[in-house]
Amino acid sequence: MTSSESNTEVDSSWSGSEYEKERTPKIPVWDLPDVPKGNLPSHLQLQRTRVVCNKEAPTHTENIQYSGAYAAMGVDNSFRLDDFRKNLRVEVVRLTEDDIEFDLIGIDASLANAFRRILIAELPTMAIEKVLIANNTSVIQDEVLAHRLGLIPLQVDPRLFEYISENDIPNEKNTIVFKLHARCEKGGPRSTVKSDELKWLPNGSEFLLATENSASNTASKQKTYTSFSSSQDSLPEFSNNPIAPKYPDIIIAKLGPGQEIELEAHAVKGMGKTHAKWSPVATAWYRMLPEVVLLQEVKGVKAEELVNKCPVKVFDIEDIGKGGKRANVARPRSCTLCRECIRGDEWEKFVALRRVKDHFIFTVESTGALPPEVLFTEAVKILEDKCERVITELS
Amino acid sequence: MEHGSYQDQSKATFSLTDEDHTLANSLRFTLNQDPRVTFCGYSIPHPSDARVNIRVQTTGDAAREVLKDSCQDLMLMCQHVRSTFDQAVLDFKNQKNLEAVNIK
Repeated sequence: MTSSESNTEVDSSWSGSEYEKERTPKIPVWDLPDVPKGNLPSHLQLQRTRVVCNKEAPTHTENIQYSGAYAAMGVDNSFRLDDFRKNLRVEVVRLTEDDIEFDLIGIDASLANAFRRILIAELPTMAIEKVLIANNTSVIQDEVLAHRLGLIPLQVDPRLFEYISENDIPNEKNTIVFKLHARCEKGGPRSTVKSDELKWLPNGSEFLLATENSASNTASKQKTYTSFSSSQDSLPEFSNNPIAPKYPDIIIAKLGPGQEIELEAHAVKGMGKTHAKWSPVATAWYRMLPEVVLLQEVKGVKAEELVNKCPVKVFDIEDIGKGGKRANVARPRSCTLCRECIRGDEWEKFVALRRVKDHFIFTVESTGALPPEVLFTEAVKILEDKCERVITELS
Repeated sequence: MEHGSYQDQSKATFSLTDEDHTLANSLRFTLNQDPRVTFCGYSIPHPSDARVNIRVQTTGDAAREVLKDSCQDLMLMCQHVRSTFDQAVLDFKNQKNLEAVNIK
């Protein structure tokens, strides 16, 4: 009976996101003055916040998520948005046209991983999906050629387009058409077909649909494989900025004398989980911040040995006067946790290798459709949309 | 879709279509950090089905409401991540521009 009573007490004063909406301000139980706000003992705090990389294997790799995990210690492990807001930090390390590296600090691995997964598999881009081959006398087979074309990154904002479904007629809102016509003259040297020979057709396909009675249709406009109601280059987004492959020098095929390729490529919107060609990132990954700690002073010959042990030069030697030398940790961020420095008999007593559980070094490499910083914000938006979908479905 | 009983609303399994570890693992994280939740976990019954089952058991509140609150929390977290990130990128770009001006 007592336990159920204490439960209801916790429930009634639980402060979720709806807390602000309440008319009378309620004080959460954990803000009452008699609730012990103890700190965890240091060894538990270490297990909670760090992955320890031992010689054989890493330990404490799990994240302690359960809200009451440290209840016996008087430490509350439940989620509080205020704390999250206070602790979250983002620091951009590098930002170029097509990649970004930033530190995401104060976030759980489940969220960091959700962002990474969305970046790779659920952000849409445009990619060539259908290839209409009129002529291909090159040595590269039709299907291989079509596959190669599909993998070419296109420089176009996918947010300006719609998805095409199976029964849709391709129009200017869901399809981009490219033409490729390359020929190698007889008697000349062999030639290379590169991605800059893909020419954008803003008015849609130029290939005519075969009809049964073509004679009767001669007067009216002939139907093609797409039905564009307006030209794409009349849109303000594309008039100054024609759609083209991101890189002009991607080799598509090589032609011998007399060989020819004539085709049309139709690009549509899609997602990375259908096929990797629609993934907007070359890759997106994160690693946890390495932490290298010297547990006791490493001096003299041992310091030299330690500096030489590390293949990525994490350690430096500092002079402590009178010709004495001492090792210090100069570049912990470049540590790859190869564990070379703790190999050998007693090195684990000197060096501790750890990873900070809530500090993620995120790298996003864009393929060119969108700038990398936009990709990340779009990924976060997608996770928000997913939550919203669940909320609307439940209410 | 919710599978539970009308008598006891504190336990339920929610079956979400077209979702995977991306959402389910994040939701499990926020649910587990809610003091009202006694148990929570998720499973993907078959890798070929785009479906994930999320089990929520609470101390007494309706499981559906607790899951809704967790989604709300996750959404607020995302919004905060987004604004913080945008600000960090803006600061970085401004700083870069400033440095470029100083060099000239």
